[in-house]
Amino acid sequence: MAEQQDNILDRYTPGARVNHWINAMLMICLALSGMSLFHPSLFFLSDLFGGGVWTRIIHPWMGVLAILSFLGLFIRFWRFNLWTADDTAWIKSVRHVVAGDEAKVPEAGKYNAGQKLVFWLMSMLTILLLMSGLAMWDSQLGHLTSIEQKRLAAVVHALSAVVLIAVVIVHIYAAIWIRGTIRGMTRGSVTGGWAWRHHRKWLREEVGKAK
Amino acid sequence: MSNLQSLDLRRRSATTTQPPSQRESIEVAKLIDVSRCIGCKACQAACLEWNDLREEVGVTVGVYDNPHDLTENTWTLMRFTEIDVDGRFEWLIRKDGCMHCADPGCLKACPAPGAIVQYKNGIVDFVSENCIGCGYCVKGCPFNIPRISAKDQKAYKCTLCSDRVAVGQAPACAKVCPTQAISFGTKTDMIAWADKRIADLRERGYKNAGLYNPAGVGGTHVMYVLKHADKPEIYASLPKDPKISPLVELWKGVTKPILLAGVGLAALAGFFHYVTHGPNEVQRADEEAAERARRDRAA
Repeated sequence: MAEQQDNILDRYTPGARVNHWINAMLMICLALSGMSLFHPSLFFLSDLFGGGVWTRIIHPWMGVLAILSFLGLFIRFWRFNLWTADDTAWIKSVRHVVAGDEAKVPEAGKYNAGQKLVFWLMSMLTILLLMSGLAMWDSQLGHLTSIEQKRLAAVVHALSAVVLIAVVIVHIYAAIWIRGTIRGMTRGSVTGGWAWRHHRKWLREEVGKAK
Repeated sequence: MSNLQSLDLRRRSATTTQPPSQRESIEVAKLIDVSRCIGCKACQAACLEWNDLREEVGVTVGVYDNPHDLTENTWTLMRFTEIDVDGRFEWLIRKDGCMHCADPGCLKACPAPGAIVQYKNGIVDFVSENCIGCGYCVKGCPFNIPRISAKDQKAYKCTLCSDRVAVGQAPACAKVCPTQAISFGTKTDMIAWADKRIADLRERGYKNAGLYNPAGVGGTHVMYVLKHADKPEIYASLPKDPKISPLVELWKGVTKPILLAGVGLAALAGFFHYVTHGPNEVQRADEEAAERARRDRAA
């Protein structure tokens, strides 16, 4: 396909892409192994990890890796996700976004308010999962918490995991629904038309920077 | 313990369908008459012997409790309390261990199918080969009984000698008790026997004597006759009204199906949004507008 090389924009560096996909793989493994211990009807998922005992052993270690990788993403992206007055206006017209009626939606910068919400929700839920997960990690840290604290941690861990899984579903679905998005995270670039359609303010900033 | 085919199941951990339960069985119970206990620890020794376990040699800290707590080897433990009750000094001795609740918190919390079972006779047993070592049973138990072995990360506790009971024998501790402070039989018989003992104790002035068979966990298959049943907590912190923690009920109760449905609905909502609103594709006009913006800048 004759690519219009002059009408594409860089969106993610190779480092950011590798970081994102490591995190994505870990999160999927964590969700599958975690859900296998959450509901009896999903226990069969533990076979993906070598059985119940292996699932119990590796889930927390994958969690540790996921925290480190998420920290990398957080450091890379937090400043682009600060909330502005435009974001409040965007959220108010979320109805039009869902309907695909983007002419009625305020222009978005590098990230729209929905993406920013996903970012901050993921950040907060990750912290909750880290804290509650450590409190439940009996084989390594069991002596540090009381039984009552472990009980609370179990509830917090299950609740925040389910909310996080729902947020991840929204995140993945949005990437599938909005065509041209996935190439940003696989090839690192997006087309000008994609940016015009979904992140017009960002496009203006980027072309303004261009030599 | 391993699963005993000679006993049918009432409940099986992390199992949503009915376990094998064709045969009817009589509910059994162990009755521990605290007023007859002399603290000889024969029950502790018999427990280690029958189950072929060894406790590490410990250190003394000036109390009779030995070892100091239940362990993965010590499934029953004499707990000693020196206390003034109504102006009279008393030496209370309670044989601690699994209470074999009718509504077992350990089984409710367990995520591994068949790692914890409740036999039809009421005995709650850990089937160690199915145990994944997560420690959820510890969080589920209202009596702080299960212990996780540092050696194999499996949970251990009193089996009520399910292997002996399956072949018509009394638990090792009951068999060995020299004062018959521990008796074993059907739950009905044990309650009837307890009533006689309580009447006797009341006649001797212990007006608050009573049976410990807490309703909060549906009753237990290990029961105590207590001289001071009005304040069980004086017997080395025996809980007055034990229940499965509300946090565990929340974690293992309604949240499970509701949260699972929530995740399923999120995925379905995405699918049907796609089916009704289609992909959001970049149009030729968008690309042209972007080109224009770029040219305007360059100009």
